[in-house]
Amino acid sequence: MIPGAEFIVPAAYFAAAVMFIYGLKGMSSPVTARQGMIWAGIAMLLAVLVTFIHPKVEGNYGLMLIALVSASGLAWWWARIVAMTDMPQMIALYNGMGGGSAAAIAGVELLKMHSGQSDMATTTLLVASFGAIIGSIAFSGSLVAFAKLQGWLRKTWRFPKQQLINLVVFGITILLALIIFVAGPSPFLLVLFFGFALAAGILITIPIGGADMPVIISLYNALTGLAVGFKGFVLEIPALMIAGIVVGAAGTMLTQLMAKAMNRSLTNVLFAGFGKADEDAGGG
Amino acid sequence: MEGWIALYIFMLAAFTGIEVIRRVPAILHTPLMSGSNFIHGIVVVGGMVVLGMADTTAEIVVGFIAVFLGAGNAVGGYVVTDRMLEMFKSSDKTKDKG
Repeated sequence: MIPGAEFIVPAAYFAAAVMFIYGLKGMSSPVTARQGMIWAGIAMLLAVLVTFIHPKVEGNYGLMLIALVSASGLAWWWARIVAMTDMPQMIALYNGMGGGSAAAIAGVELLKMHSGQSDMATTTLLVASFGAIIGSIAFSGSLVAFAKLQGWLRKTWRFPKQQLINLVVFGITILLALIIFVAGPSPFLLVLFFGFALAAGILITIPIGGADMPVIISLYNALTGLAVGFKGFVLEIPALMIAGIVVGAAGTMLTQLMAKAMNRSLTNVLFAGFGKADEDAGGG
Repeated sequence: MEGWIALYIFMLAAFTGIEVIRRVPAILHTPLMSGSNFIHGIVVVGGMVVLGMADTTAEIVVGFIAVFLGAGNAVGGYVVTDRMLEMFKSSDKTKDKG
């Protein structure tokens, strides 16, 4: 371990958190938006670089570099070549990746617990599972939103009792989280748990029409932020908590503002399709 | 981490987020969504930490996915936001000229 890492790492994370908030503040005005983005970019670079000397990191540096470089290259390339009109679905895609990352972090933590290497406190386990659910929903939901806007998924599935089915799937996910909480995580339970959480995200998003997609993407953006915040708590990195929760709260506000600008309420966007399906079923 | 301190951090961060966004013009809604999308790309740091701690094959595979997805979120989010804000810059310039 590099001497002084116990001080350097948290100090750099702290500086990153300050720059993130300052950057986001700048982004709320057209004049300072670009400058704000540069601050946030510097913060991100600093946080990523300093993580290589994080005291908890013991190995797999090569894999880390491969993942970082390959994902960055692909994401950079795709974001560059895409047409300006396709930007909303790119936000959905990259947001989904963030949600998936948060869910995968929870997966590793739960696997570690299964192998008995980590002894999570009750609250930590609860927060980890909750973050896993939110992250998974944001992941699969965002990918469906991406596929819809990209034109890969043209159909809007609406079937009778959809709301009830969604509720059941979500209920089973919560139940599985509770079983993991009581009985401890086994690989089988974990696969089932993440499977149901991902299915919930898909089921929630498929009945929503294209016009409402920006609001939904904003909602998933807020959810990913929240999931990231929870991961920050589990991993004991306050910078993650702050960046995640600030985005979670700002994203929730933004979702409401966007819905209002479209003369829609959030419940309308989320559940309007269901009522329509019932009407259709009744009419047919 | 001490639970109550974490709760205070959550609360203060939530208020910060709301205050930062409160009076934002409608034209900035999408860039701001994109910008905040970039900021939660910080999750890549969490991915790096769990990959750095991973021992078994399963942990390493899932940890690798966490870093990969997180890095995609951060870099993709940055480029998308940058391209959006570039449009603002050029439109401002034409306004200045006119």
